[in-house]
Amino acid sequence: MNASVGIVSAQRASFDTPLTVKSGAVLPRYELMYETYGTLNAGKSNAILICHALSGHHHVAGFYADNEKNIGWWDNMVGPGKPIDTEKFFVIGLNNLGGCHGSTGPSSIDPQTGKPYGASFPVVTVEDWVESQARLATLLGITQFAAVIGGSLGGMQAMQWALSYPERVRHVLAIASAPHLTAQNIAFNDVARNAILTDPDFHSGDFYQHGVVPTRGLRLARMLGHITYLSDDAMADKFGRELRSGKLNFSFDIEFQIESYLRYQGDKFAAYFDANTYLLMTKALDYFDPARELDGNLNRAFAAAKAKFLVVSFTTDWRFSPGRSREIVHALLHNKLDVSYAEISSQHGHDSFLMDDEQYFSVMRNYLDRVAQEGVA
Amino acid sequence: MNSSIIESRPDFAAIAAWIPPGSSVLDLGCGDGSLLRYLRETREVQGYGVEISDANIAACIANNVNVIQSDLESGIADFENQSFDFVILSQTLQATRHTEALMNEIVRVGREGIVSFPNFGYWKNRLQVLLGNMPVSDELPYQWYDTPNVHLCTLDDFEFLCAHLHIRVLGRHVMAGGRNVHAMPNLLGSTAVYRFRLDV
Repeated sequence: MNASVGIVSAQRASFDTPLTVKSGAVLPRYELMYETYGTLNAGKSNAILICHALSGHHHVAGFYADNEKNIGWWDNMVGPGKPIDTEKFFVIGLNNLGGCHGSTGPSSIDPQTGKPYGASFPVVTVEDWVESQARLATLLGITQFAAVIGGSLGGMQAMQWALSYPERVRHVLAIASAPHLTAQNIAFNDVARNAILTDPDFHSGDFYQHGVVPTRGLRLARMLGHITYLSDDAMADKFGRELRSGKLNFSFDIEFQIESYLRYQGDKFAAYFDANTYLLMTKALDYFDPARELDGNLNRAFAAAKAKFLVVSFTTDWRFSPGRSREIVHALLHNKLDVSYAEISSQHGHDSFLMDDEQYFSVMRNYLDRVAQEGVA
Repeated sequence: MNSSIIESRPDFAAIAAWIPPGSSVLDLGCGDGSLLRYLRETREVQGYGVEISDANIAACIANNVNVIQSDLESGIADFENQSFDFVILSQTLQATRHTEALMNEIVRVGREGIVSFPNFGYWKNRLQVLLGNMPVSDELPYQWYDTPNVHLCTLDDFEFLCAHLHIRVLGRHVMAGGRNVHAMPNLLGSTAVYRFRLDV
Protein backbone atom coordinates (compact mmCIF):
# COMPACT_ATOMS: atom_id res chain seq x y z
CA MET A 1 0.00 0.00 0.00
CA ASN A 2 2.80 2.42 0.80
CA ALA A 3 4.79 1.67 -2.33
CA SER A 4 5.97 4.72 -4.22
CA VAL A 5 6.81 5.11 -7.88
CA GLY A 6 10.17 6.22 -6.44
CA ILE A 7 12.46 8.78 -7.98
CA VAL A 8 10.82 10.73 -10.79
CA SER A 9 11.92 13.59 -12.96
CA ALA A 10 9.95 16.22 -14.81
CA GLN A 11 10.10 16.58 -18.57
CA ARG A 12 9.45 19.54 -20.81
CA ALA A 13 7.52 19.41 -24.08
CA SER A 14 7.75 22.33 -26.53
CA PHE A 15 4.98 23.22 -28.96
CA ASP A 16 5.62 25.49 -31.94
CA THR A 17 2.15 25.28 -33.47
CA PRO A 18 0.31 28.45 -32.38
CA LEU A 19 -2.57 27.88 -29.97
CA THR A 20 -5.60 30.12 -30.39
CA VAL A 21 -7.33 30.20 -27.02
CA LYS A 22 -11.05 30.72 -26.46
CA SER A 23 -10.64 34.47 -25.89
CA GLY A 24 -9.19 34.75 -29.40
CA ALA A 25 -5.65 35.43 -28.18
CA VAL A 26 -2.87 33.43 -29.78
CA LEU A 27 0.09 31.81 -28.06
CA PRO A 28 2.67 31.35 -30.85
CA ARG A 29 4.59 28.76 -28.84
CA TYR A 30 4.50 27.27 -25.38
CA GLU A 31 5.97 24.61 -23.18
CA LEU A 32 4.32 22.10 -20.86
CA MET A 33 6.00 20.41 -17.91
CA TYR A 34 4.96 16.84 -17.31
CA GLU A 35 5.88 13.64 -15.52
CA THR A 36 5.05 10.05 -16.39
CA TYR A 37 4.85 6.93 -14.23
CA GLY A 38 4.56 3.31 -15.33
CA THR A 39 5.00 1.96 -18.84
CA LEU A 40 3.00 2.67 -21.98
CA ASN A 41 1.95 -0.70 -23.41
CA ALA A 42 2.54 -1.74 -26.99
CA GLY A 43 -1.01 -0.87 -28.01
CA LYS A 44 -0.67 2.51 -26.26
CA SER A 45 -4.04 1.79 -24.68
CA ASN A 46 -3.19 2.07 -20.97
CA ALA A 47 -2.55 5.80 -20.60
CA ILE A 48 -4.20 7.83 -17.87
CA LEU A 49 -4.11 11.62 -17.72
CA ILE A 50 -4.29 13.31 -14.32
CA CYS A 51 -5.67 16.86 -14.48
CA HIS A 52 -4.79 19.10 -11.58
CA ALA A 53 -6.91 21.51 -9.57
CA LEU A 54 -6.32 25.16 -8.75
CA SER A 55 -2.91 24.94 -7.13
CA GLY A 56 -1.69 21.61 -8.54
CA HIS A 57 1.04 20.75 -10.99
CA HIS A 58 2.78 17.95 -12.87
CA HIS A 59 4.43 16.39 -9.82
CA VAL A 60 1.63 13.93 -9.03
CA ALA A 61 3.54 10.98 -7.54
CA GLY A 62 6.97 9.86 -6.40
CA PHE A 63 9.77 12.16 -5.27
CA TYR A 64 12.80 13.90 -6.68
CA ALA A 65 16.34 12.57 -6.39
CA ASP A 66 17.59 15.88 -5.00
CA ASN A 67 14.71 16.28 -2.56
CA GLU A 68 13.09 13.15 -1.18
CA LYS A 69 10.64 15.25 0.81
CA ASN A 70 9.14 16.74 -2.35
CA ILE A 71 6.46 14.07 -2.75
CA GLY A 72 3.83 14.29 -5.49
CA TRP A 73 0.47 15.83 -4.54
CA TRP A 74 -1.51 12.63 -5.20
CA ASP A 75 1.08 10.09 -4.14
CA ASN A 76 -1.46 8.33 -1.91
CA MET A 77 -3.61 7.57 -5.00
CA VAL A 78 -0.99 7.00 -7.70
CA GLY A 79 1.72 4.34 -7.52
CA PRO A 80 2.42 0.62 -7.72
CA GLY A 81 -0.52 -1.27 -6.20
CA LYS A 82 -2.39 1.96 -5.47
CA PRO A 83 -5.88 2.72 -6.90
CA ILE A 84 -4.33 4.42 -9.94
CA ASP A 85 -1.90 1.55 -10.34
CA THR A 86 1.32 2.42 -12.16
CA GLU A 87 1.97 -1.30 -12.68
CA LYS A 88 -1.08 -1.38 -14.95
CA PHE A 89 -1.29 2.14 -16.29
CA PHE A 90 0.98 4.71 -17.89
CA VAL A 91 0.11 7.80 -15.87
CA ILE A 92 0.76 11.35 -17.02
CA GLY A 93 0.67 14.43 -14.83
CA LEU A 94 1.18 17.87 -16.31
CA ASN A 95 1.29 21.48 -15.27
CA ASN A 96 -1.43 23.34 -17.10
CA LEU A 97 -0.82 26.20 -19.45
CA GLY A 98 -0.73 29.39 -17.40
CA GLY A 99 0.69 27.52 -14.42
CA CYS A 100 3.69 28.52 -12.37
CA HIS A 101 5.57 25.24 -12.12
CA GLY A 102 7.48 25.33 -15.37
CA SER A 103 4.77 25.31 -18.04
CA THR A 104 4.41 28.53 -19.98
CA GLY A 105 2.50 30.99 -17.83
CA PRO A 106 2.38 34.61 -16.74
CA SER A 107 5.70 34.32 -14.89
CA SER A 108 7.49 32.81 -17.91
CA ILE A 109 9.67 34.95 -20.18
CA ASP A 110 7.87 36.01 -23.34
CA PRO A 111 10.44 35.31 -26.08
CA GLN A 112 9.09 38.25 -28.07
CA THR A 113 9.84 40.81 -25.35
CA GLY A 114 12.44 39.10 -23.21
CA LYS A 115 10.31 39.97 -20.15
CA PRO A 116 7.77 37.95 -18.16
CA TYR A 117 4.33 37.79 -19.80
CA GLY A 118 2.65 39.21 -16.71
CA ALA A 119 -0.63 40.88 -17.58
CA SER A 120 -0.19 40.08 -21.28
CA PHE A 121 -0.62 36.34 -20.73
CA PRO A 122 -4.02 35.38 -22.14
CA VAL A 123 -6.86 34.21 -19.93
CA VAL A 124 -7.12 30.49 -20.61
CA THR A 125 -10.13 28.23 -20.15
CA VAL A 126 -10.74 24.57 -19.36
CA GLU A 127 -11.33 24.00 -23.09
CA ASP A 128 -7.93 25.57 -23.88
CA TRP A 129 -6.26 23.31 -21.35
CA VAL A 130 -7.85 20.22 -22.88
CA GLU A 131 -6.63 21.35 -26.30
CA SER A 132 -3.07 21.74 -25.01
CA GLN A 133 -3.31 18.39 -23.18
CA ALA A 134 -4.49 16.72 -26.39
CA ARG A 135 -1.41 18.05 -28.17
CA LEU A 136 0.78 16.63 -25.41
CA ALA A 137 -1.01 13.27 -25.77
CA THR A 138 -0.38 13.31 -29.52
CA LEU A 139 3.27 14.09 -28.92
CA LEU A 140 3.50 11.05 -26.61
CA GLY A 141 1.81 8.86 -29.25
CA ILE A 142 -1.43 8.45 -27.30
CA THR A 143 -4.52 8.56 -29.50
CA GLN A 144 -6.95 7.50 -26.77
CA PHE A 145 -6.70 7.64 -22.98
CA ALA A 146 -7.93 4.70 -20.92
CA ALA A 147 -9.05 7.37 -18.46
CA VAL A 148 -8.81 11.06 -17.73
CA ILE A 149 -9.05 11.75 -14.01
CA GLY A 150 -9.33 14.93 -11.99
CA GLY A 151 -10.68 16.43 -8.79
CA SER A 152 -12.39 19.83 -8.52
CA LEU A 153 -11.13 21.99 -11.41
CA GLY A 154 -9.35 18.83 -12.59
CA GLY A 155 -12.72 17.08 -12.80
CA MET A 156 -13.96 19.86 -15.06
CA GLN A 157 -11.05 19.16 -17.41
CA ALA A 158 -11.79 15.43 -17.31
CA MET A 159 -15.42 16.12 -18.28
CA GLN A 160 -14.35 18.56 -20.99
CA TRP A 161 -12.20 15.80 -22.50
CA ALA A 162 -15.35 13.72 -23.06
CA LEU A 163 -16.97 16.71 -24.79
CA SER A 164 -14.02 18.02 -26.84
CA TYR A 165 -12.54 14.63 -27.75
CA PRO A 166 -15.22 11.94 -27.34
CA GLU A 167 -13.14 9.44 -29.29
CA ARG A 168 -9.99 10.03 -27.32
CA VAL A 169 -11.10 9.05 -23.82
CA ARG A 170 -12.73 5.79 -22.68
CA HIS A 171 -13.38 6.71 -19.05
CA VAL A 172 -13.82 9.99 -17.21
CA LEU A 173 -13.41 10.13 -13.44
CA ALA A 174 -14.81 13.45 -12.20
CA ILE A 175 -14.22 13.81 -8.47
CA ALA A 176 -15.58 16.58 -6.20
CA SER A 177 -16.47 18.56 -9.29
CA ALA A 178 -19.41 20.51 -10.72
CA PRO A 179 -20.99 21.21 -14.12
CA HIS A 180 -20.37 24.93 -13.48
CA LEU A 181 -19.76 27.17 -10.48
CA THR A 182 -22.66 28.69 -8.59
CA ALA A 183 -22.87 32.44 -7.93
CA GLN A 184 -21.65 31.83 -4.37
CA ASN A 185 -18.65 29.93 -5.66
CA ILE A 186 -17.78 32.66 -8.19
CA ALA A 187 -18.15 35.17 -5.35
CA PHE A 188 -15.49 33.39 -3.30
CA ASN A 189 -13.18 33.45 -6.30
CA ASP A 190 -13.82 37.13 -6.84
CA VAL A 191 -12.95 38.04 -3.26
CA ALA A 192 -9.73 36.06 -3.67
CA ARG A 193 -8.96 37.85 -6.93
CA ASN A 194 -9.73 41.23 -5.37
CA ALA A 195 -7.26 40.53 -2.58
CA ILE A 196 -4.57 40.12 -5.26
CA LEU A 197 -5.75 42.85 -7.65
CA THR A 198 -5.83 45.51 -4.91
CA ASP A 199 -2.45 44.61 -3.44
CA PRO A 200 -0.20 47.65 -4.18
CA ASP A 201 2.57 45.21 -5.08
CA PHE A 202 0.48 43.68 -7.88
CA HIS A 203 1.28 46.46 -10.38
CA SER A 204 -1.53 45.39 -12.72
CA GLY A 205 0.09 41.99 -13.09
CA ASP A 206 3.55 43.24 -14.07
CA PHE A 207 5.06 43.07 -10.59
CA TYR A 208 8.02 41.00 -11.84
CA GLN A 209 9.73 44.10 -13.28
CA HIS A 210 9.30 45.90 -9.97
CA GLY A 211 11.09 43.19 -8.04
CA VAL A 212 8.12 42.66 -5.72
CA VAL A 213 5.44 40.00 -5.20
CA PRO A 214 1.84 40.73 -4.11
CA THR A 215 2.31 38.47 -1.14
CA ARG A 216 -0.40 40.04 1.01
CA GLY A 217 -3.07 39.57 -1.63
CA LEU A 218 -2.01 36.06 -2.51
CA ARG A 219 -1.98 34.97 1.10
CA LEU A 220 -5.43 36.44 1.76
CA ALA A 221 -6.71 34.68 -1.35
CA ARG A 222 -5.31 31.39 -0.11
CA MET A 223 -6.64 31.86 3.42
CA LEU A 224 -10.14 32.44 2.08
CA GLY A 225 -9.86 29.53 -0.30
CA HIS A 226 -8.61 27.26 2.44
CA ILE A 227 -11.62 28.01 4.65
CA THR A 228 -13.92 26.94 1.85
CA TYR A 229 -12.01 23.71 1.22
CA LEU A 230 -12.53 22.51 4.79
CA SER A 231 -15.76 21.61 6.51
CA ASP A 232 -17.08 23.35 9.60
CA ASP A 233 -16.80 20.07 11.51
CA ALA A 234 -13.25 19.36 10.37
CA MET A 235 -12.16 22.81 11.51
CA ALA A 236 -13.96 22.43 14.82
CA ASP A 237 -12.32 19.03 15.36
CA LYS A 238 -8.86 20.19 14.42
CA PHE A 239 -8.78 23.62 16.07
CA GLY A 240 -11.95 24.27 18.03
CA ARG A 241 -11.55 27.52 19.98
CA GLU A 242 -8.11 26.62 21.15
CA LEU A 243 -5.85 29.55 21.98
CA ARG A 244 -2.17 29.54 21.14
CA SER A 245 -1.04 30.99 24.45
CA GLY A 246 -3.89 29.53 26.45
CA LYS A 247 -5.30 32.95 27.39
CA LEU A 248 -6.94 35.97 25.78
CA ASN A 249 -4.49 38.76 24.93
CA PHE A 250 -6.99 41.44 23.93
CA SER A 251 -5.04 42.23 20.77
CA PHE A 252 -5.28 41.66 17.03
CA ASP A 253 -2.31 39.32 16.94
CA ILE A 254 -2.74 35.63 16.30
CA GLU A 255 -4.64 34.17 19.24
CA PHE A 256 -6.79 31.29 18.09
CA GLN A 257 -5.08 28.22 16.63
CA ILE A 258 -7.19 28.48 13.50
CA GLU A 259 -5.72 31.93 12.84
CA SER A 260 -2.24 30.57 13.23
CA TYR A 261 -2.99 27.70 10.87
CA LEU A 262 -4.57 29.87 8.18
CA ARG A 263 -1.76 32.43 8.25
CA TYR A 264 0.81 29.66 8.04
CA GLN A 265 -1.00 28.15 5.03
CA GLY A 266 -1.29 31.59 3.43
CA ASP A 267 2.39 32.41 3.94
CA LYS A 268 3.52 29.03 2.67
CA PHE A 269 1.42 29.37 -0.46
CA ALA A 270 2.36 32.98 -1.17
CA ALA A 271 6.04 32.04 -1.02
CA TYR A 272 5.88 29.79 -4.08
CA PHE A 273 2.69 30.42 -6.04
CA ASP A 274 2.35 33.05 -8.76
CA ALA A 275 -0.38 35.64 -8.25
CA ASN A 276 -1.21 35.86 -11.96
CA THR A 277 -1.56 32.08 -12.15
CA TYR A 278 -3.96 32.20 -9.19
CA LEU A 279 -6.10 34.79 -11.00
CA LEU A 280 -6.05 32.75 -14.17
CA MET A 281 -6.96 29.45 -12.50
CA THR A 282 -9.93 31.01 -10.69
CA LYS A 283 -11.13 32.51 -13.97
CA ALA A 284 -10.96 29.11 -15.66
CA LEU A 285 -13.15 27.78 -12.83
CA ASP A 286 -15.66 30.62 -13.20
CA TYR A 287 -15.89 30.30 -16.98
CA PHE A 288 -16.36 26.52 -17.13
CA ASP A 289 -19.94 25.89 -18.22
CA PRO A 290 -20.39 23.39 -21.05
CA ALA A 291 -24.11 24.19 -21.16
CA ARG A 292 -23.64 27.95 -21.56
CA GLU A 293 -24.09 28.01 -25.33
CA LEU A 294 -26.95 25.48 -25.13
CA ASP A 295 -29.41 27.59 -23.13
CA GLY A 296 -28.02 26.12 -19.94
CA ASN A 297 -29.13 22.64 -20.98
CA LEU A 298 -26.54 20.26 -19.54
CA ASN A 299 -28.29 17.26 -21.09
CA ARG A 300 -27.53 18.62 -24.54
CA ALA A 301 -23.96 19.45 -23.53
CA PHE A 302 -23.26 15.81 -22.71
CA ALA A 303 -24.92 14.52 -25.89
CA ALA A 304 -21.50 14.54 -27.55
CA ALA A 305 -19.88 12.36 -24.87
CA LYS A 306 -19.13 8.69 -25.42
CA ALA A 307 -16.98 7.91 -22.40
CA LYS A 308 -18.02 5.92 -19.36
CA PHE A 309 -18.08 7.95 -16.17
CA LEU A 310 -17.33 7.61 -12.51
CA VAL A 311 -18.60 10.59 -10.53
CA VAL A 312 -17.54 10.93 -6.90
CA SER A 313 -18.57 13.50 -4.30
CA PHE A 314 -18.00 13.98 -0.57
CA THR A 315 -20.78 14.58 1.92
CA THR A 316 -19.12 17.53 3.73
CA ASP A 317 -17.89 19.26 0.56
CA TRP A 318 -19.89 22.48 0.46
CA ARG A 319 -17.76 24.18 -2.20
CA PHE A 320 -18.46 21.39 -4.73
CA SER A 321 -21.39 19.73 -3.01
CA PRO A 322 -22.85 16.28 -3.77
CA GLY A 323 -25.85 18.00 -5.34
CA ARG A 324 -23.57 19.47 -8.01
CA SER A 325 -22.19 16.02 -8.81
CA ARG A 326 -25.73 14.66 -9.04
CA GLU A 327 -26.44 17.30 -11.71
CA ILE A 328 -23.63 15.76 -13.75
CA VAL A 329 -25.00 12.25 -13.14
CA HIS A 330 -28.48 13.37 -14.17
CA ALA A 331 -27.23 14.68 -17.52
CA LEU A 332 -25.23 11.49 -18.12
CA LEU A 333 -28.30 9.36 -17.34
CA HIS A 334 -30.37 11.45 -19.73
CA ASN A 335 -27.88 10.58 -22.46
CA LYS A 336 -27.90 6.90 -21.45
CA LEU A 337 -24.17 6.96 -20.83
CA ASP A 338 -22.59 4.45 -18.50
CA VAL A 339 -22.12 6.12 -15.12
CA SER A 340 -21.55 5.17 -11.54
CA TYR A 341 -21.88 7.67 -8.72
CA ALA A 342 -20.39 7.34 -5.25
CA GLU A 343 -21.16 9.78 -2.44
CA ILE A 344 -18.38 9.34 0.09
CA SER A 345 -19.06 10.05 3.77
CA SER A 346 -16.08 12.15 4.70
CA GLN A 347 -15.32 14.85 7.24
CA HIS A 348 -12.78 16.82 5.29
CA GLY A 349 -14.90 18.99 3.01
CA HIS A 350 -13.63 19.72 -0.49
CA ASP A 351 -10.12 18.62 0.48
CA SER A 352 -11.47 15.08 0.92
CA PHE A 353 -10.56 14.26 -2.66
CA LEU A 354 -6.89 14.41 -1.71
CA MET A 355 -7.24 12.43 1.53
CA ASP A 356 -7.01 8.74 2.36
CA ASP A 357 -10.44 7.20 2.80
CA GLU A 358 -11.18 3.50 2.69
CA GLN A 359 -14.46 3.75 0.79
CA TYR A 360 -13.16 6.39 -1.66
CA PHE A 361 -10.09 4.28 -2.39
CA SER A 362 -12.16 1.07 -2.80
CA VAL A 363 -14.40 2.78 -5.32
CA MET A 364 -11.43 4.18 -7.26
CA ARG A 365 -9.52 0.89 -7.12
CA ASN A 366 -12.50 -1.26 -8.18
CA TYR A 367 -13.38 1.08 -11.02
CA LEU A 368 -9.85 1.30 -12.37
CA ASP A 369 -9.35 -2.47 -12.03
CA ARG A 370 -12.26 -2.84 -14.46
CA VAL A 371 -10.70 -0.27 -16.78
CA ALA A 372 -7.43 -2.22 -16.71
CA GLN A 373 -9.20 -5.52 -17.48
CA GLU A 374 -10.97 -3.93 -20.45
CA GLY A 375 -7.60 -2.98 -21.86
CA VAL A 376 -6.45 -6.60 -21.66
CA ALA A 377 -9.59 -8.11 -23.20
CA MET B 1 -21.25 -17.86 -11.17
CA ASN B 2 -24.57 -17.41 -12.98
CA SER B 3 -25.95 -20.76 -11.91
CA SER B 4 -25.07 -20.11 -8.26
CA ILE B 5 -26.81 -16.73 -8.35
CA ILE B 6 -29.95 -18.37 -9.68
CA GLU B 7 -29.82 -21.05 -6.99
CA SER B 8 -29.48 -18.51 -4.21
CA ARG B 9 -32.06 -16.12 -5.66
CA PRO B 10 -34.82 -18.02 -7.48
CA ASP B 11 -36.67 -14.74 -8.09
CA PHE B 12 -33.78 -13.65 -10.38
CA ALA B 13 -34.60 -16.32 -12.97
CA ALA B 14 -38.27 -15.35 -12.88
CA ILE B 15 -37.37 -11.69 -13.36
CA ALA B 16 -34.92 -12.45 -16.17
CA ALA B 17 -37.51 -14.53 -18.01
CA TRP B 18 -39.67 -11.41 -18.42
CA ILE B 19 -36.91 -9.17 -19.76
CA PRO B 20 -36.28 -9.21 -23.52
CA PRO B 21 -32.66 -8.91 -24.65
CA GLY B 22 -31.39 -5.36 -25.04
CA SER B 23 -33.87 -3.80 -22.60
CA SER B 24 -32.98 -0.91 -20.33
CA VAL B 25 -33.30 -1.72 -16.65
CA LEU B 26 -33.24 0.26 -13.41
CA ASP B 27 -32.74 -1.92 -10.33
CA LEU B 28 -33.77 -0.16 -7.12
CA GLY B 29 -31.86 -1.40 -4.09
CA CYS B 30 -29.58 -3.39 -6.36
CA GLY B 31 -27.32 -4.78 -3.61
CA ASP B 32 -23.96 -5.87 -4.97
CA GLY B 33 -25.24 -5.70 -8.55
CA SER B 34 -25.66 -9.49 -8.98
CA LEU B 35 -29.01 -9.23 -10.75
CA LEU B 36 -27.85 -6.49 -13.11
CA ARG B 37 -24.70 -8.40 -13.86
CA TYR B 38 -26.73 -11.53 -14.54
CA LEU B 39 -29.10 -9.57 -16.79
CA ARG B 40 -26.19 -7.99 -18.64
CA GLU B 41 -24.52 -11.34 -19.21
CA THR B 42 -27.69 -13.22 -20.17
CA ARG B 43 -29.91 -10.47 -21.64
CA GLU B 44 -27.43 -7.76 -22.69
CA VAL B 45 -29.46 -5.17 -20.84
CA GLN B 46 -28.29 -1.62 -20.31
CA GLY B 47 -28.76 -1.27 -16.61
CA TYR B 48 -28.30 1.02 -13.67
CA GLY B 49 -28.67 0.25 -10.01
CA VAL B 50 -29.62 2.50 -7.13
CA GLU B 51 -28.05 1.57 -3.82
CA ILE B 52 -27.32 3.26 -0.51
CA SER B 53 -24.72 1.08 1.19
CA ASP B 54 -21.03 1.90 0.75
CA ALA B 55 -19.97 -1.75 0.59
CA ASN B 56 -22.54 -2.48 -2.14
CA ILE B 57 -21.44 0.55 -4.18
CA ALA B 58 -17.88 -0.75 -4.20
CA ALA B 59 -19.15 -4.27 -5.02
CA CYS B 60 -21.33 -3.05 -7.92
CA ILE B 61 -18.37 -1.20 -9.40
CA ALA B 62 -16.26 -4.34 -9.06
CA ASN B 63 -19.09 -6.21 -10.84
CA ASN B 64 -18.87 -3.67 -13.69
CA VAL B 65 -22.42 -2.57 -12.96
CA ASN B 66 -23.51 1.07 -13.22
CA VAL B 67 -24.65 2.18 -9.79
CA ILE B 68 -25.92 5.45 -8.37
CA GLN B 69 -25.43 5.95 -4.64
CA SER B 70 -28.71 7.23 -3.30
CA ASP B 71 -31.58 6.46 -1.00
CA LEU B 72 -33.92 4.64 -3.37
CA GLU B 73 -37.06 6.34 -2.10
CA SER B 74 -35.74 9.87 -2.73
CA GLY B 75 -33.19 9.07 -5.43
CA ILE B 76 -35.70 7.79 -7.96
CA ALA B 77 -37.04 11.34 -8.37
CA ASP B 78 -33.86 12.06 -10.42
CA PHE B 79 -34.97 9.68 -13.16
CA GLU B 80 -37.05 10.92 -16.06
CA ASN B 81 -40.55 9.73 -16.98
CA GLN B 82 -40.68 6.43 -18.88
CA SER B 83 -36.90 6.41 -19.21
CA PHE B 84 -36.50 2.65 -18.62
CA ASP B 85 -38.12 -0.42 -20.10
CA PHE B 86 -38.16 -2.03 -16.65
CA VAL B 87 -37.82 -0.75 -13.10
CA ILE B 88 -37.08 -3.59 -10.69
CA LEU B 89 -37.54 -3.68 -6.95
CA SER B 90 -36.31 -7.03 -5.74
CA GLN B 91 -37.07 -8.16 -2.15
CA THR B 92 -37.10 -4.55 -0.96
CA LEU B 93 -40.75 -3.43 -1.15
CA GLN B 94 -41.45 -4.63 2.38
CA ALA B 95 -38.61 -2.48 3.74
CA THR B 96 -39.66 0.77 2.05
CA ARG B 97 -41.26 3.50 4.07
CA HIS B 98 -43.36 5.33 1.47
CA THR B 99 -44.41 2.20 -0.36
CA GLU B 100 -47.42 3.67 -2.14
CA ALA B 101 -45.43 6.66 -3.45
CA LEU B 102 -42.63 4.34 -4.56
CA MET B 103 -45.04 2.15 -6.55
CA ASN B 104 -46.23 5.29 -8.35
CA GLU B 105 -42.62 6.26 -9.05
CA ILE B 106 -41.84 2.81 -10.46
CA VAL B 107 -44.58 3.09 -13.07
CA ARG B 108 -43.64 6.73 -13.78
CA VAL B 109 -39.97 5.94 -14.53
CA GLY B 110 -40.47 2.47 -16.02
CA ARG B 111 -42.70 1.35 -18.85
CA GLU B 112 -43.07 -1.76 -16.71
CA GLY B 113 -42.35 -2.52 -13.09
CA ILE B 114 -41.15 -5.80 -11.63
CA VAL B 115 -41.42 -6.30 -7.89
CA SER B 116 -40.58 -9.34 -5.79
CA PHE B 117 -41.41 -9.70 -2.11
CA PRO B 118 -41.97 -12.32 0.59
CA ASN B 119 -45.60 -13.38 0.94
CA PHE B 120 -46.75 -12.72 4.48
CA GLY B 121 -49.79 -14.88 3.73
CA TYR B 122 -47.63 -18.00 3.25
CA TRP B 123 -49.11 -20.79 5.40
CA LYS B 124 -45.98 -21.15 7.52
CA ASN B 125 -46.16 -17.45 8.38
CA ARG B 126 -49.84 -17.74 9.20
CA LEU B 127 -49.13 -20.76 11.37
CA GLN B 128 -46.48 -18.92 13.38
CA VAL B 129 -48.88 -16.02 13.97
CA LEU B 130 -51.61 -18.47 14.90
CA LEU B 131 -49.25 -20.05 17.42
CA GLY B 132 -48.64 -16.64 18.88
CA ASN B 133 -45.35 -15.41 17.37
CA MET B 134 -44.21 -13.09 14.59
CA PRO B 135 -42.97 -15.24 11.67
CA VAL B 136 -39.25 -15.93 11.28
CA SER B 137 -38.19 -17.87 8.17
CA ASP B 138 -35.70 -17.96 5.28
CA GLU B 139 -37.66 -15.19 3.55
CA LEU B 140 -38.24 -13.25 6.77
CA PRO B 141 -35.02 -13.87 8.68
CA TYR B 142 -35.53 -11.19 11.35
CA GLN B 143 -36.94 -10.93 14.81
CA TRP B 144 -39.78 -8.43 15.23
CA TYR B 145 -37.46 -6.05 17.10
CA ASP B 146 -34.63 -5.92 14.54
CA THR B 147 -36.49 -6.26 11.25
CA PRO B 148 -36.08 -3.64 8.50
CA ASN B 149 -39.45 -4.81 7.15
CA VAL B 150 -42.09 -2.20 7.91
CA HIS B 151 -44.62 -2.91 5.14
CA LEU B 152 -45.17 -6.64 4.87
CA CYS B 153 -48.11 -7.80 2.77
CA THR B 154 -49.81 -10.82 1.29
CA LEU B 155 -50.28 -11.39 -2.44
CA ASP B 156 -53.91 -10.30 -2.13
CA ASP B 157 -52.86 -7.15 -0.30
CA PHE B 158 -50.36 -6.28 -3.03
CA GLU B 159 -52.90 -6.81 -5.77
CA PHE B 160 -55.34 -4.62 -3.89
CA LEU B 161 -52.75 -1.84 -3.77
CA CYS B 162 -52.12 -2.20 -7.52
CA ALA B 163 -55.83 -1.86 -8.25
CA HIS B 164 -56.01 1.16 -5.95
CA LEU B 165 -53.12 2.82 -7.85
CA HIS B 166 -54.55 1.95 -11.30
CA ILE B 167 -51.68 -0.41 -11.90
CA ARG B 168 -52.41 -3.40 -14.09
CA VAL B 169 -50.72 -6.69 -13.18
CA LEU B 170 -49.30 -8.27 -16.35
CA GLY B 171 -47.81 -11.37 -14.82
CA ARG B 172 -47.22 -13.14 -11.55
CA HIS B 173 -44.74 -15.82 -10.56
CA VAL B 174 -45.16 -17.46 -7.17
CA MET B 175 -42.62 -19.79 -5.59
CA ALA B 176 -42.00 -21.77 -2.44
CA GLY B 177 -38.75 -23.53 -1.62
CA GLY B 178 -37.47 -22.89 -5.16
CA ARG B 179 -40.51 -24.58 -6.76
CA ASN B 180 -43.28 -22.88 -8.69
CA VAL B 181 -46.67 -22.62 -7.00
CA HIS B 182 -49.86 -22.56 -9.03
CA ALA B 183 -52.68 -23.56 -6.70
CA MET B 184 -53.71 -21.27 -3.83
CA PRO B 185 -50.67 -18.99 -4.22
CA ASN B 186 -51.64 -16.64 -1.38
CA LEU B 187 -51.45 -19.60 0.99
CA LEU B 188 -48.82 -21.84 -0.57
CA GLY B 189 -46.33 -19.32 -2.02
CA SER B 190 -43.49 -17.94 0.09
CA THR B 191 -42.16 -15.48 -2.53
CA ALA B 192 -43.84 -13.68 -5.39
CA VAL B 193 -42.65 -11.72 -8.41
CA TYR B 194 -45.08 -9.38 -10.14
CA ARG B 195 -44.85 -7.65 -13.46
CA PHE B 196 -47.09 -4.61 -13.96
CA ARG B 197 -47.62 -1.29 -15.64
CA LEU B 198 -49.77 1.78 -15.26
CA ASP B 199 -53.25 1.13 -16.56
CA VAL B 200 -53.88 3.83 -19.15
